[in-house]
Amino acid sequence: MKLRWSLLLSLLAAPALAQQVAPAPAPAPTAAPSEEAIDVTDDAAWQDLGIAIPTFPTNADVPTQTSAGSTAALGRALAQVITADLQNNGLFKPTGPASLPVPSFAQVTAPDFQTWQAKQADMLVHGFVRDNGDGKLTIGCYLYDVALGQQLLKNAWVVGPAEWRRAAHKCSDMVYSRLSGESPFFDSRIAYIAETGPKDRRMKRLAIMDSDGANHKFITTGQALALTPRYSPDYKRIVYLSYLNGNPRIYIYDTELGTQKLVTQSKNPTFAPRWSPDGKWILYSMAIGGNTDVYRVPSSGGESQRLTDSPAIDVGGSYSPDGTKIVFESDRSGSQQVYVMNADGSDQKRISFFGGRAATPEWSPRGDQIAFTYIAGDFHIAVMSPTGGSMRQLTNGWQDEAPTWSPNGRIVQFFRNERGSGHTSLWQVDLTGKNERRLPTPVDASDPAWGPVLP
Amino acid sequence: MLRTSRTIALLLLGASALAACSPQPPKILPPDPGPVAAPTRSTTVSQPTVRGPVPGSQADFSATLMGRDTIYFDTDKFNVDSTDAAALQVQAQWLMKYPTKRATIEGHCDERGTRDYNIALGDRRANAAKNYLISLGVDASRLTTVSYGKERPIATGSTEEAWAKNRRSITITID
Repeated sequence: MKLRWSLLLSLLAAPALAQQVAPAPAPAPTAAPSEEAIDVTDDAAWQDLGIAIPTFPTNADVPTQTSAGSTAALGRALAQVITADLQNNGLFKPTGPASLPVPSFAQVTAPDFQTWQAKQADMLVHGFVRDNGDGKLTIGCYLYDVALGQQLLKNAWVVGPAEWRRAAHKCSDMVYSRLSGESPFFDSRIAYIAETGPKDRRMKRLAIMDSDGANHKFITTGQALALTPRYSPDYKRIVYLSYLNGNPRIYIYDTELGTQKLVTQSKNPTFAPRWSPDGKWILYSMAIGGNTDVYRVPSSGGESQRLTDSPAIDVGGSYSPDGTKIVFESDRSGSQQVYVMNADGSDQKRISFFGGRAATPEWSPRGDQIAFTYIAGDFHIAVMSPTGGSMRQLTNGWQDEAPTWSPNGRIVQFFRNERGSGHTSLWQVDLTGKNERRLPTPVDASDPAWGPVLP
Repeated sequence: MLRTSRTIALLLLGASALAACSPQPPKILPPDPGPVAAPTRSTTVSQPTVRGPVPGSQADFSATLMGRDTIYFDTDKFNVDSTDAAALQVQAQWLMKYPTKRATIEGHCDERGTRDYNIALGDRRANAAKNYLISLGVDASRLTTVSYGKERPIATGSTEEAWAKNRRSITITID
C-alpha cells in the first residue's frame, strides 16, 4: 500500500532501452498464430476496435518476487491481464498474447507495423518489463495506431512485486481512456459479501478483491453475518453491517490496522451505510420501535442527525458526487419508491413514477444517472436521470439487486440471486445493457461495492 | 499478527452472542460449547423421572405453543390479524405464567424484497408482535426484538408457499 507510483515518462528511458537490447526473444513459438486475430464472425465485430496485445518483452529474463514468475513470464501475464480487462465492454476486440508473436525488446519502441496490419489490428499495445535490481520492476506501456503507424500514448510505472497487476490495470486504463474518451476504472477494488452454506443458514463474510477478481481476500471469519459493505473514498476503511453481537449494527473496519469499531452507540438497529463523497459523513438507516428513518453521522464519530421523519420505511441512500443531495428509498406512498432530498434532509421529492417499485438507488459518480433495483414482478437493474426521467432497464434476471457503479460511471455492477437454489453471483453490465459479464469469485457473492480509482 | 488476534476475538465474541440470539449458529466454527442446549440436557439426564421439557424453559414454551410461537404476515405487511392475535395471546399467557422469563422476537421476510428494506420490514414485524404482547400485559422490559430481514428463511424454496412461511415473527424465550 505504501508503494509509490512513480510515473516515468519513458521519454528518457526509451532510447536507452532500445540500445541495450537483450538477445531478442527467439521467434516465439506461437500456437495457431493468426486464426483468432483474423477471425471476424461476430456481427458487431466491424465496429469493435481490434487491439493486439502481445507479450511485453523484457531486457533480461531474470527471476522476480511476483506471483507471475520471471520477468519474461511476467511480460506475458501483464498482456493477459490487459486483454481480459479490455474484453466484453462493447468497444474493443482485444487479442491476447496466446495467439500473437512476441515482439523483440527493440520493437517495443519501434513496432513492426506491417506485421500488425497483416493481423488486422487497428490498435497495438506494447510494453516492457525491466527488473530494477532493487526488488522493484519498471513496466512500460505503449499504445500505437497501426493504420497511422503512430504512437498515441506511453507511460511507465515502477512497482513492487505484489503490485504488478496494478501496472497492467494502469495500462488498460490508459488504453481505454485514450480510445473511448471515458475516465479510467480498471485500477480499482471491490468489496463484497462472500456467501457459503445452505440457504437457510448462509454464512456471509466480508471480502475484497481487485476490479477483475484477482487478489481476493476474506476479511471476516463468517462467525457473524456480514452485509452491505462500502469502501471509503480513500480505501482505508470499509463500512458494513454486522450481526456481531447478535443485532444488526454498522461498523467501520480499518483496512490497514485490521480493527473495527461501532459507528454509533445506539441500542437500535443500524444498517444500509454509505459514505459521503468526501468521506466525512456516513449515511445510515436506523429503526426505532419499528420505524426506520435515514440519518447521518460524522465518520469520525459524534452526534447523529436525523434526515427523514416519516412513519414509513425510509431506508438506504446515496450521495450525489458533489455531496449536496441524497437519493434514498421510501414506502411512504404505499410501496418502495425513490426520493431525492438535500444533504440536510430538506426538500424531499419523489422521482420514480413509472409503475412497479424502485429500490436501492445509487447515484453515479458522474452524477448523470441513478441506478436502482426495479421491481416489477422480478427484480431488474435499471437507471434513470436524477429527476426520474429516461428510465431504462439494463438487466433481465429473476432477481438482480443492489447496483454499484464503476468509478467512471459507465458500468453497473450488481448481484444476481438464482431462483430456488439461492445461489448468488456478481455481474456487471454497461449502460447499453448489452454487455453483461459475470465476475469470478471463489464462492457465491452478493452486495458488491465498487470503490473509486485507487489513490 | 494483528489480524489473526482480532479474528480470534471476533470468534469468541460472536460465539456467545449468537448462541443466545440466532436460531442456527453458522458452520465452520470451533466446536460449539453449547451453552443453550446444555441446561436442558443435563436436567433430563440427571432426573430421569422428568418427562418432557422443564417448566418455564424455552423447550417448554415451544412445546406449549405448538407452532403458535410464530405468526405470519402478508406480503409487505406487518399488521397482526386475528389468527396472529390468538397466537400472541397464548404467548402472553405463558410469559405471564413465568414472569422472570425474557424473550426475543425475531422478525423475518421472504426473499422477494431488497436487503435493506427487508431489515426494516422485519423490524416492523417484530415490533408489531412485541407491541401486541405489551398490550396484553407483558412488561416491555422483558421483550427485545431483532430483524433478520431475508437472511434466515425457514423454508428454502422460491415458491409462494415458501415465501408465506418466511414472512414471520417468532418469539424465543431466553433460558
